[in-house]
Amino acid sequence: MRERSEGGPPTRRLMLLAAAGLGLAPFARPAGATPAAMDEAIRALVGEATVTRGKVKLEVPPIVENGNTVSLTVSVDSPMTEADHVTSIHLFNQKNPQPYVAAFHLGPRAGKASVSTRIRLADSQRVIGIAWLSDGSFWSDSADVIVTLAACAEG
Amino acid sequence: MARVLINLPARAKRGEVIEIKTLIAHPMETGYRLGPTGAAIPRDIINRFTCTYNGDEVFRADLFPAIAANPFIAFFTQATESGEFAFSWTDDHGQTQTEVRQIIVE
Repeated sequence: MRERSEGGPPTRRLMLLAAAGLGLAPFARPAGATPAAMDEAIRALVGEATVTRGKVKLEVPPIVENGNTVSLTVSVDSPMTEADHVTSIHLFNQKNPQPYVAAFHLGPRAGKASVSTRIRLADSQRVIGIAWLSDGSFWSDSADVIVTLAACAEG
Repeated sequence: MARVLINLPARAKRGEVIEIKTLIAHPMETGYRLGPTGAAIPRDIINRFTCTYNGDEVFRADLFPAIAANPFIAFFTQATESGEFAFSWTDDHGQTQTEVRQIIVE
């Protein structure tokens, strides 16, 4: 078995590489976002401020069948008063072509800091929600999502 | 004009926090997919959504290609007075579609 694969032209390693290449093709072209790219995008938003875990709750299913529509709810524990409210909520992902997913701008009139939407996920990855509070502090939550059928795989 | 679904209560008590659900029919073409000829299909997404309540902006969203087709957005706002909600979606070509819904606050 081993001798055959070493001798024959299409070795197992080559086959694996080809398979990997096929799988990656749709995303490899526009260099996909990496965890580093996501960190950069988050840094561009928060600047030098520290992002603390907590207050934010990111609700997203742990396993999704179809990455083309993933329901997501992000809520923030805040009294939503003039003095203490959520200014904006930002969503980021690790492995889509772009790390930024959406930014939601709220105000004290929202009454409740909670937003739901549907997003695309190109791969199993981590999603991060960051809330910007009126006192200038940043809070976050993250969720790992396993995607069985990735978005834009058919494209 | 794209088809729009907006769900909000027709009546609310003063100070009540109400949920507004919106959906607009739009392909949200990411610009990363390849067409039949192998060329990338140009990006065409709704990049901005705003909601005003009697002229005051109460909610705004900046959207990126990672938002699923037919963008659905649900959010909350406090019912302060009777009047109208105006919802606007703006796409990459700068075209804006605006829909208006009334609410009675008692």
